[in-house]
Amino acid sequence: MTEPSTTNPTALAVEMRRVTKQFPGVLANDCINLQVAYGEIHAIIGENGAGKSTLMSVLSGLLKADEGEVLLKGHPVRGRPHLVSRRGLGMVYQHFMLVPNFTVAENVILGNEPGDRVHLDLRAAEEAVRRLGQDYGLNLDPAARIEDLSVGEQQRVEILKVLYRGSDVIVLDEPTQVLTLQEKNELFETLRCLVRDGRTIIFITHHLEEVMALSDRVTVLRRGRVVASLAIQDTDIATLAQLMVGREIGPGEKRTGDVTGDVVLEVSDLTAVSERGLQALDGVSFGVRGGEILGLAGVEGNGQRELVETLTGLRIPSGGEIRIGDQSTHGWSPRQFLEAGVAVIPENRRVRGVVEPFTIAENLVLGRHWKRPFSKGWVLDLGAMEAEAKSLISDFGIVPPDPEILVRTLSGGNQQRVVVARELAKKPVVLIAAHPTRGLDIAGRQFAHSCLLRERSLGAAILLVSSDLEEILDLGDRIAVIFEGRITGILPREEASEGKLGLLMVGARR
Amino acid sequence: MGDSGVALFFMTLLVSTLRKATPLILASLGGFFSEKSGVVNIALEGIMLFGAFVGAVVAQTTQNPWLGVLAAAGVGGAVAAIHATASIWFRANQIVSGLGVNLLAVGATIFLCEVYTGGQRSFMLSVSEKLPRWGPFLPLVYIALLMVPVVYLMVYRTRQGLRLRAVGEHPEAARTMGVDVQMTRFWAVVISGVLAGVAGSFLPFFAGSFAKNMTNGLGYIALGALIFGRWTPWGALAASLLFGSADALQEMLQGRGGVPSQFFQMVPYVLTMVALAGIVGRAIPPRALGIPLRKE
Amino acid sequence: MKDLSIRRIVRELGQALLPLALALAVGAVIILAIGENPLTVFGLMLRGSFGSLRRLSGTLQEASPMIFTGVSVALAFRAGLFNIGAEGQLLIGGFAAAWAGFALTGLPGPLHVVFCVVAAAAAGLVWGLIPGILKARLGVHEVINTIMLNYVALSLTNFLVGHPYFKEPGQIPQTRDIAASSVLPRFEFLYAHAKVNAGLWVALAVMVAVGYLLARTRYGFEIKAVGYNPEASEAAGISKSRVIWTTMGLSGAIAGLAGAEQVLGVFRCFVSPFPFGYGFVGIAVALLARNNPLAVLPAALIFGALTSGAQEVDVHSGTPREITVVLQGIFVLFIACEFVLRRKRRVGETEGGPKAGGKGREEEGRGEDG
Repeated sequence: MTEPSTTNPTALAVEMRRVTKQFPGVLANDCINLQVAYGEIHAIIGENGAGKSTLMSVLSGLLKADEGEVLLKGHPVRGRPHLVSRRGLGMVYQHFMLVPNFTVAENVILGNEPGDRVHLDLRAAEEAVRRLGQDYGLNLDPAARIEDLSVGEQQRVEILKVLYRGSDVIVLDEPTQVLTLQEKNELFETLRCLVRDGRTIIFITHHLEEVMALSDRVTVLRRGRVVASLAIQDTDIATLAQLMVGREIGPGEKRTGDVTGDVVLEVSDLTAVSERGLQALDGVSFGVRGGEILGLAGVEGNGQRELVETLTGLRIPSGGEIRIGDQSTHGWSPRQFLEAGVAVIPENRRVRGVVEPFTIAENLVLGRHWKRPFSKGWVLDLGAMEAEAKSLISDFGIVPPDPEILVRTLSGGNQQRVVVARELAKKPVVLIAAHPTRGLDIAGRQFAHSCLLRERSLGAAILLVSSDLEEILDLGDRIAVIFEGRITGILPREEASEGKLGLLMVGARR
Repeated sequence: MGDSGVALFFMTLLVSTLRKATPLILASLGGFFSEKSGVVNIALEGIMLFGAFVGAVVAQTTQNPWLGVLAAAGVGGAVAAIHATASIWFRANQIVSGLGVNLLAVGATIFLCEVYTGGQRSFMLSVSEKLPRWGPFLPLVYIALLMVPVVYLMVYRTRQGLRLRAVGEHPEAARTMGVDVQMTRFWAVVISGVLAGVAGSFLPFFAGSFAKNMTNGLGYIALGALIFGRWTPWGALAASLLFGSADALQEMLQGRGGVPSQFFQMVPYVLTMVALAGIVGRAIPPRALGIPLRKE
Repeated sequence: MKDLSIRRIVRELGQALLPLALALAVGAVIILAIGENPLTVFGLMLRGSFGSLRRLSGTLQEASPMIFTGVSVALAFRAGLFNIGAEGQLLIGGFAAAWAGFALTGLPGPLHVVFCVVAAAAAGLVWGLIPGILKARLGVHEVINTIMLNYVALSLTNFLVGHPYFKEPGQIPQTRDIAASSVLPRFEFLYAHAKVNAGLWVALAVMVAVGYLLARTRYGFEIKAVGYNPEASEAAGISKSRVIWTTMGLSGAIAGLAGAEQVLGVFRCFVSPFPFGYGFVGIAVALLARNNPLAVLPAALIFGALTSGAQEVDVHSGTPREITVVLQGIFVLFIACEFVLRRKRRVGETEGGPKAGGKGREEEGRGEDG
């Protein structure tokens, strides 16, 4: 009973009108308009934090928009994932929604099992899954367990789940993030096949070359807003990159002066293994001088997180060496790295950065709390903690300026200021900043940048890990690019351009 | 001991083991349901105690043991529903909630026992003789054994079973597939309570009386059997038999010197810890055990 | 401190007392259902617990072990650990105190008492370290292990009490009497043979010490940091595993002291069966005190009063004394729900493993700083 929408004669597969979604402290989607026609592959691109995933959660009904309207095939979507899925929307999540110790067939049929009301007809399920797989070239053993499958195969299970439910509008959230090149090509082939079959694909990514290779149309999001929606033949990689990154920020502070310091942080042939047992770092070597910022660019998930963890002692390297000054760090605990003057602005501040139920004062001394003047022997000096907090609060403009306020109640930007203040107060020899401006507004971003530059002028060796090329180009003295756990090139700032870095970021060796 | 003495010893041991294992089997199957769905159920102990008391009272009052078992099943389900409601909808800490049920069970059964008997903390069960014997055992023993394949089929061969397991392993995935995570968990916990309630009702029938706090840790042993059996029905059966045999041996060897009976009593507890520590192959709980569903 | 505004105190009190009020309400319904008058019963409870010097002394005596176990459980909660094993730690500690009490003779009084108390703490420490080390080294969740260790402790002490070396000759299963020099004196200044003994002072001292530890020391700071956010704590150079096993050990030691109090102050030997339930009530006490060590005192007094007032209820009404245990159970059920209702949800928060001890996270617990 699909009645054509009165307001929308061209009948779009998906339409969003002025969708706005706000989280505490973050305007994730700001008045978004989106139109996806039947039978097209529509890419949605944007940097991390641009609001892509929020938008898709709104579309799938997992989140409810604060304002605006979402239409799926002309029918309004109102925060009911169940109904939305029955209307034909299928989601392939970035983090796979698969039960690891279930078989392929069990995962595919879950919630929609064949057979009578009671009996579970696994054989029919396996047969159905096998047939479906053959139809779309998604060959999988229906009886295989998910935990024994590769990431690419797991993704195929996700696509099978969606097809099994008869979805004809399929959303894929960052589907290539975890795939090998081979798997990526196979995925693209599958998606083209699905579109030929009359389905509509929405494809979220921040890889521009994928957009150019695959999609018919592209919508660009930046900081929660749609900045452009273009047919693919009307655009090119450079335009999209510029739209995605944007240039509306006024000129921030720039680096001044040459780097003259000695190499303070030296990493040679470092290897490390991820939780999944994969080679996360594969022979990484670089050095950072005192008074230098080394920008580390790269698509996320290419080993950056593991690198930061090994450089702070939270992950034990499987090989290679990290030297700080003239000391080898072999076998060091996180505390020893700390004592040696390594400070870190972590990627996820709520997980690694702050203790939210602690006060600002407590957070500001965390990691230094065992030292004088904050501890005298076993006893904390609350007065000294408060004095330190007051001075850091005013230096770094933390709001509200009250040491006894719980960090849990602060905005994201102020939480980040607490982290930055604490780490810089350590007077670090080596500063590792992982995505230090993620989720921050312009003021917060400029503040973080000026802090990094100040540390640079004070002689710290700074490793700036970021997927934001603009940030890296603004601040880096040299720029290294990481791809699949290897450094594919290190360029002086003068030689680095977005184009060159872009090539290195997809693995072209220099 | 002669050959016949040895044979007699082992026959007695076997019979006694099965008797001791019967409530453990049922209660650990109950625990299996709940924990497979992701809800920690240390309330088994309290539910069994409720089942023991209510089963005894109803059987004694109506002079029909089967009505007693039925009532125990009902009260077990009802008490489990309290734990389920707290843990699922009020997102209570499942351990605290379970402890609350256990504390309540100790108090309430004595309280009600005194009300029922007019001040006594135990009472005799004249009705237990009315239970038929099938061979050496009460029918309850066979029921417990039969429940093992029944539970296995329910959890591994039905649609609801598939959903139950999905909810205990990856509730978010189940939710995106349209499974009602909370209701699935609720019914799993209620079934868990029904089984534990019935398990509890066996105790006064075997003993011929109800006494205060008569579970005395049996619910925790059942939980241990579930863990030692690696969260599978057949494993729980095997572990229940093992723990039951320790208890049976303890009783048979009491007063004969040799290994003190208290060491047999420790066996289930120590083995459970060993299984958890992974000293001999690690027991892996359902991944989402104890984690409430987050809807945002 | 500014954090300790009147509003905050009122809120904290409300959050702790609401479940108590709800439990009393449900209790009243139960009492009504058996045909008794709840007001009469509650009145008897009050009279039985505070109505005279003798009754007050009984309440204080009931509260003493609850202070120990309450502080023990609260401390573990603050590190994100759920110590359900206070019961077993108490048993082992009590037995050690009894052993030291009768085996060591010839020591001067105060020294002997100290020795017995230390023995109890050491035994409780060992019993707490087992789950602590299993958690710190192998990542085994402490809840099941502490439950199992309760019953291991029960069997072990039952066995030891029956052993000829420990056993008092005769029919009663108990150890030999402790030497007079190791007895914790009763509060004879109240009246002759007052129930409450000097163990109460030890309990209060331990309570204040743990309050100080958490509020003012480096180690306490690290305990709270690990309890609130283990990942950030590790990144800040705190050894998570060391905090876990030391806190669990310390928690066990404190619960062990409750056993010493019972043996040295009340029974003057280790009796079998040993009083059961103080460990579990300790969990209720810690929850009511919202894991703030200093709030353990009023919380323990409330639960102590419930228990000691039960006698009066039993004698002077038709309501069985177990109404108090029923109330405790209902209270624990309510407080379990209540604490989640006020929990702030966070977008995108990731959960680690089962966080049974997550209770500690809800606490700001800076009250003791004032």
